Amino acid sequence: MSAVNLIAVFAENQLGQMGRITQVLADAGVNIRWVTIATNERLGVIKFLVDKCDLAYESLHQKGWTASLVEVLAIEVEDKPGGLHTVADCLARNKINVENSSGFVSNNRAVLLIEVQDVAAARQILTKQTLRLLSQEEILTL
Amino acid sequence: MNMTEHHPISAPDFMPVNELRATQLSRLQRTVQQAYDHVPLFHRRLDERGLKPADVRSLEDVRRLPFTVKADLRDTYPYGLFAAPMKEIVRLHASSGTTGKPIVVAYTQDDIRVWTETIMRSLVSCGLHAGDIVQNAYGYGLFTGGLGAHYGAEALGATVIPISGGNTERQLMVMKDFGVTAICCTPSYFLHLIDQSQQMGVDLKKLPLRAGVFGAEPWTENMRERIEAQSNIKAYDIYGLTEIIGPGVGIECAHQAGLHIFEDHFLAEIIDPETLEPLPIGSEGELVLTTLSKQAMPMIRYRTRDITAFYTEPCACGRSIRRIRRIGRRSDDMLIIRGINVFPSQIEAGLLRIEGTLPHYQIVLTREKDLDQMEVQVEVTPEVFSDEVRGLEELRKKIVRSIETITGIRVALRLVEPHTIQRSEGKAKRVIDKRNM
Repeated sequence: MSAVNLIAVFAENQLGQMGRITQVLADAGVNIRWVTIATNERLGVIKFLVDKCDLAYESLHQKGWTASLVEVLAIEVEDKPGGLHTVADCLARNKINVENSSGFVSNNRAVLLIEVQDVAAARQILTKQTLRLLSQEEILTL
Repeated sequence: MNMTEHHPISAPDFMPVNELRATQLSRLQRTVQQAYDHVPLFHRRLDERGLKPADVRSLEDVRRLPFTVKADLRDTYPYGLFAAPMKEIVRLHASSGTTGKPIVVAYTQDDIRVWTETIMRSLVSCGLHAGDIVQNAYGYGLFTGGLGAHYGAEALGATVIPISGGNTERQLMVMKDFGVTAICCTPSYFLHLIDQSQQMGVDLKKLPLRAGVFGAEPWTENMRERIEAQSNIKAYDIYGLTEIIGPGVGIECAHQAGLHIFEDHFLAEIIDPETLEPLPIGSEGELVLTTLSKQAMPMIRYRTRDITAFYTEPCACGRSIRRIRRIGRRSDDMLIIRGINVFPSQIEAGLLRIEGTLPHYQIVLTREKDLDQMEVQVEVTPEVFSDEVRGLEELRKKIVRSIETITGIRVALRLVEPHTIQRSEGKAKRVIDKRNM
């Protein structure tokens, strides 16, 4: 099992919206490990990587937020020049179209999160390569 | 004012009352017979009441006839209420229904003649005559306003400029350069023209423009005062509805005190919209109209949903045809946005088509620069939530297109978070009207 779940929340692009959401997560005792925000002029989608995904979903849902779980792939990237390029090149060669991606470095380990149309197919292709996919547990204990 | 000053077409406006009532009765009898013979729905409804056309012996007997409502036009869409064969029908127009489909209305050559006549009489009532230069800024097309006003103005001998709606700068250029003396459009659009003229440095008060024939939406005395003060024209209210004929059912005269109904062609009643009982003259209620001359699509006791009352006093203009008060409100939830009829149920139909279930939504009406703006706010449910901004933008566009297909207007649509639309007793208030008319 090497899929990672993010929690996506719909929010209008207004001052203070982020704070209202993080308040819900804080109250529920959910720890946020990573966040990414995409907006246009009126609306936005905030995605979190959290330690307790189901609890976060339930809490947001109960407070009336529209949220969903997004399955992403977490790829370990070598933390050196050309590391990201190796991954990008592999994705391109295997014709995997990335809808969204974000990356971070933690304790000298670099991780690239990618969202793709067909997670299962992408996972299959990527595991045949030399790339290493991280599980939810692994990514949370980095 | 002496009636001999008027164009001869306006003679029926001044018909002696007993003659007018006799004309109405014989035309009513003919219309009922024709509808009974050719419109299955009406035939069935008369049979259910145990009535025959011959039972209409007086004008009061109209009260025994069944009502026709907008839903009847939807249920018989498109041609079910036509009483003439298609080879005699020379024109179709359409207007919004209450849900997905429009309503369709038909005209024979003779219907067009009658319509042209009522528009001519309307324009005469507003002081127009041969030689006037008329800018017709009602929309041309399926909407009855454009072609209706066009035919009438042309038949009067006026010079018609068929500019149709929109393109404000060009409208003002034409108005100034062509020496326009009268304009036909919605009152809110004319207020917009006034606003734009000031920005373009055109002084409407210095132009030959002297009359405006404004309709297709309700407007207030307050709006009339603004229009007349800022453009130095006389602003007249014209009344009509697609189901009956289009514009030209009723019109104000020089006294601007109520709208004269062309009673020789349209039989008017005022009923209590709750009990459906006729109300005494002078009481406020819903206007019900029966066409007396229409061939292609006679309408028997059509419930207009417009709330008004008859004037009890005769008008100083000398017209014998009765007047109703200007329409201020309706007995249903129809909205009139820039002259186009919109029902909340159409917005719902548009949302349902995309989402499958009905989300909480709200319609917010505002008036910016004197033009109506309609914003539809829709709560994003987990079912339709896309975790991509692009996906949400696509959803928004899909809903806009769906609503446009049904209503014919492009609304501003905003996706909002769940539970942000106020609910009262669990039910959302669907329409917030912030227009200050």
